[in-house]
Amino acid sequence: MRLQRAWYAIRGRAYPRTVGAAREPSWIFYDLALPILGVFAFVFVYRALDAPAQFTSYVIMGGATIAFWMNVMWNMAAQFYWEKHQGNLELYMMAPCGLVPILLGMAWGGMLATTVRAAVVVAVGILLFKAPLAVSSWPLFVLIFTLGLIALYGLGMFFSSLFLLWGREAWHMVSLLQEPVYLVSGFYFPVRALGLWVGMAASIIPITLALDGLRQVMFPSFHPGLLPVRWEVLGLAALAVLFVVLALRMLRFMERLARQEGRLSFRW
Amino acid sequence: MSAAIETQDLVRTFRVRRSKQSPSGAPVVALDGVTLEVQRGEIFGLLGPNGAGKTTLIKILVTLLLPTAGRAVVEGFDVRTQAQQVRERISMVSGGEHSGYGLLTVREQLWMFSQFYGIPTGEALSRIDRLLQVVGLFEERHRKVQQLSTGMRQKMNLVRGLVSDPRVLFFDEPTVGLDVGAARDIRAYIRTWIADRSDRTILLTTHYMSEAEELCDRVAIIHKGKIIACDSPAQLKRATSGGAYFVLNTERLDGADFLRRIPGVSRVDSAERDGHTELRLQLAEDGAIAGVVTALTQQGRRILQLQKVEPTLEDAFVTLVGQRLEEADQEAGGA
Repeated sequence: MRLQRAWYAIRGRAYPRTVGAAREPSWIFYDLALPILGVFAFVFVYRALDAPAQFTSYVIMGGATIAFWMNVMWNMAAQFYWEKHQGNLELYMMAPCGLVPILLGMAWGGMLATTVRAAVVVAVGILLFKAPLAVSSWPLFVLIFTLGLIALYGLGMFFSSLFLLWGREAWHMVSLLQEPVYLVSGFYFPVRALGLWVGMAASIIPITLALDGLRQVMFPSFHPGLLPVRWEVLGLAALAVLFVVLALRMLRFMERLARQEGRLSFRW
Repeated sequence: MSAAIETQDLVRTFRVRRSKQSPSGAPVVALDGVTLEVQRGEIFGLLGPNGAGKTTLIKILVTLLLPTAGRAVVEGFDVRTQAQQVRERISMVSGGEHSGYGLLTVREQLWMFSQFYGIPTGEALSRIDRLLQVVGLFEERHRKVQQLSTGMRQKMNLVRGLVSDPRVLFFDEPTVGLDVGAARDIRAYIRTWIADRSDRTILLTTHYMSEAEELCDRVAIIHKGKIIACDSPAQLKRATSGGAYFVLNTERLDGADFLRRIPGVSRVDSAERDGHTELRLQLAEDGAIAGVVTALTQQGRRILQLQKVEPTLEDAFVTLVGQRLEEADQEAGGA
């Protein structure tokens, strides 16, 4: 019964995310046109330098990944803060399904909608720039992609409770994290170029390992990987477990604090 | 009948940060030993000015807030230790609520909330359609939530609160900000809902005395975190008897202080209406009205209308709290 209710709640909360894409076409500009503009700039730089064609694919992959990072930061991490101000969070807390399925529904809906957006970025990039795209192992590709998504949305779920406690400062944190992550996670270049230790430090953001792993699977003989793929897969699996566990603990902590201190309901 | 809601010596304090408004940073006492019992099948009202503790009490009962001390039980389950069981049996609708997502249609939004209660889709949609018909919103079921008027939105919120078929329904100022027609529709449906379900319970907070009087079987008056009276509206009004109440319309008065000094006049409230002054007078006995009439005549003011009225819940509130609800609100707002 509880599992069934949890499943219904996940499905229910995912719904606005999935239909939202069709009803609010602004994503075409923010999540598609803007990342593609960034991709354009880097593609032309690499072409001007006579870089191998694989670099175009590199950049397209990075551009597609931006959609996930934006979604995690603005629609996961900052979402509870939004929900609080709309009055939804109280209703979610009062619901017998609990907050976990609601958060999972948010993540699931976000993953589905964003995967479609990222796929469109890749398709547009390949069509426009005739970028070479070859995957050496689809199972490995899917495994890295899936682990990367779980770890990334786990991080988003963790941030959602954390940002709720921080209040308005959360907005600044989202802005603060956006551009530096584009750099240190190697969105437009191999992260190894930053050096092993910077790359390792940046690997706390799951996108770093996921992007590097996917590029290694796509260009096995070309890509200067940060770590061997199997280590990156293990790292992503560890991050996925870590962030999901942290997210669940943080959620419980946030709910307890909210009930004890009235943070959701009152401002004193 | 048995109790659907019980509270015993419920206390809730809030820590406050040191600020200009609160230099000592002393805790604010929102509830100060509240003991209540609401019977199954009742519509129970909580009346009080802003900051009296009404919303704090509701938040504790719906498990959003923990009490600092004391005990609260809903449908036999402790809100502190059995929050899950309580949540399975309750629902809440607040006035001015903007919950949900504007992009969804009315039906989709209600379906989404029903999913959090584990209601299978077929059953949920059938309940939603039935309830939308009852509140007169069925024709709008495919309209986006962001396109609804305030009144329609509140009717949709009412359906959201009812779709899980709760044992206890909490309304926090359900008709605030609504036009007369929408408020009347919502009150009418609240009455119908409880009349059809004798084992269900409603606890509502309201600022509108007439709403409490019209809907509630019993009313608790809460002031500064304490319950100062709890009875049926009729009994509360009777508690104020011993005086006489008049409404008097006169030519515009610059002030009514001279009337308050007349022997036998307990209280005078004045309001400007269409260029006239309407006085609501609480007198020790009927005969004291003669002194009022004489004083107005001496001031050269014509009396346009004079009517003896029954005491209202507002009069009971004034007797118990010492000021009108709006005055207490202003005092709380200015504090």
